[in-house]
Amino acid sequence: MSASTVRVALVYPELLGTYGDRGNAVILERRLAWRGIAAELVEVRAGAAVPSDVDVFVLGGGEDDPQSLAAEGLRASKPAIEHALDHGAAMLAVCAGFQLLGHSYEAADDEHVPGLALLDMVTVAGADRLVGECVVEPDAPLPLLTGFENHAGRTRLGDGVAPLGPVRVGRGNGDGVDGARADRVVGTYLHGPVLARNPALADLLLGWVVGQLPPIDDGLALRLRAERLAAAGLNAR
Amino acid sequence: MTRRSTRTRLAVTAGRLAGWASRTAGRGAGLVVSGRVTNALAPRALAELAAPQRVVLVSATNGKTTTTRLLVAALEAAGHAVVTNPSGANLASGLVTALASTDEPGFAVLEVDEFVLPSLFDALGPELLVWGNLTRDQLDRMGEVRAITDRWRRTAASSPELRIVANASDPQVAWAAAPAATTWVRAGASWRDDSASCPQCGALLTWPDGGFACPRCRFTAPAAAYALDGDEVVDVAHGSVRVKLALALPGRWNLVNATLAIAAAAQLGVNAADAADAMSEVTTVSGRYTRFHLPDGRPARLLLAKNPAGWHEVLGYLADRDSGVVIAVNSRLADGRDPSWLWDVPYEKLAGRPLAAAGERALDVAVRLRYADAPAVVEPDPMRAALLTGGDEVDVVASYTVFARLAGSELATRKDARP
Repeated sequence: MSASTVRVALVYPELLGTYGDRGNAVILERRLAWRGIAAELVEVRAGAAVPSDVDVFVLGGGEDDPQSLAAEGLRASKPAIEHALDHGAAMLAVCAGFQLLGHSYEAADDEHVPGLALLDMVTVAGADRLVGECVVEPDAPLPLLTGFENHAGRTRLGDGVAPLGPVRVGRGNGDGVDGARADRVVGTYLHGPVLARNPALADLLLGWVVGQLPPIDDGLALRLRAERLAAAGLNAR
Repeated sequence: MTRRSTRTRLAVTAGRLAGWASRTAGRGAGLVVSGRVTNALAPRALAELAAPQRVVLVSATNGKTTTTRLLVAALEAAGHAVVTNPSGANLASGLVTALASTDEPGFAVLEVDEFVLPSLFDALGPELLVWGNLTRDQLDRMGEVRAITDRWRRTAASSPELRIVANASDPQVAWAAAPAATTWVRAGASWRDDSASCPQCGALLTWPDGGFACPRCRFTAPAAAYALDGDEVVDVAHGSVRVKLALALPGRWNLVNATLAIAAAAQLGVNAADAADAMSEVTTVSGRYTRFHLPDGRPARLLLAKNPAGWHEVLGYLADRDSGVVIAVNSRLADGRDPSWLWDVPYEKLAGRPLAAAGERALDVAVRLRYADAPAVVEPDPMRAALLTGGDEVDVVASYTVFARLAGSELATRKDARP
């Protein structure tokens, strides 16, 4: 593998792969390959150490026990992950994966499991599951983001952490906003997978790593995005 | 022949009337409406109607309708009276309608939704449960797999004399059925992605020689009384006698369903060879695997696949064919409202074949296929999509509500028009 190959790491797909979020990694790899940029999808299997020579980390949603296993592995790999982020890597973390970026999350047995503590945030268990179409309005240049949320966790961001954006439809973190943004790290509750419905977010992440990207034909993805926004009662913008 | 309370008798009559009204109004078979009315008027109806029957409940994420059908075939061939819910109406309403359809005591072989099974267990009083598999499906309605596993396990522990036939190769099922007197079936696991961690202690499972084992708490696949080996069922407990399966139904997954049904039939006194013979006569199951012709004359087949584990098996079946494939997905309640699971299916394997994306979520399918470099025609109507799909034959693989509509009315009409 040459040093210029972009490495997209799908972290613990067996543990953080309940909601189709592996698609985010597939999408990032394909969008590079279609543009003639050498790219490689690296699956970090459960139990393995997360490598540091990674350009984009992708974390997905998972169930309770697997999430605890993932937390263990991520904590052990924290130096490698921080090293990669310090050297310009980007990260997309969805649902359980997003919760793992904080100081702790609350598991089903009321235990507060320590996370990666990359972001100043904590997640507690809510009384009910938040399930349904969700639309988030992030800062420019991103357009409205559409996804499907399905989680019980409520996430509180610390003062220094910005959300991905206010929630227009659905619940997100549970307090009017969804996700988190810090440097090149994006966290969100949106499944779908989020990059399938929102190609602009995919290219934002890739742009951080490889710079300006030529356009590609996103006709189908944009039709899907418009359809899902309409299903949530909004117009595409 | 059997004694029913006045209240239950009246409620059953009222339910039948409601079902008739629903059918007359063109709203389907009316089985669910009929049962809802009966259950509302007589909350004890389910228990009363089940009481004279020897009740067998079949549940799983995938394969419960087919396993039920195969077991019914074996019992009927052995001369038993059997009442069943053949159309997949597997909630309380469908079950009460099925049970009310007979006065004759015999077997009631019922498929039951995996989520509601524990709550209906006491009312139905089964003598045997048949448990196939537990994997992700309809996560918005069912919640996560482990929550169902825990509910099943409490059910298994609730009654010491309960007998279960269960798939030893699925860690979720093996954990759930462990507290009961269980006859284990080694079917071989193919879909592992919902069982990365041990259901008992949460550690990462290992997968030696087709089984599974937990390195921490030593939870492992239990010793099987029956095993599927190729297309033969091995009766391990009785001198490893082998019975060949000659199913008319396609796919490895139906060999698994048949193995479970043979083990269950044996528990009920039907020998394996006779059961296998009866099962070979089953050609379609409530519309599944129905062969028909497209209006342009090409042969087509209808398959149901509604989650990644099901699709995993269907891709194995499609690999041996060079047909065109229509992937038709809705996102109504019974499909799961979130079709993100499409991304857990390796559709890359279909690249290069004629494909169509259909159903109300055709665009989700089309975007998934585009990223698999497997371009597809986009046409929401599944039958029009099939016509637009190339190939000498077309396999229409549909999620639950698309499938139900095609199997229910549309396809039946087409079959009549062009046998």
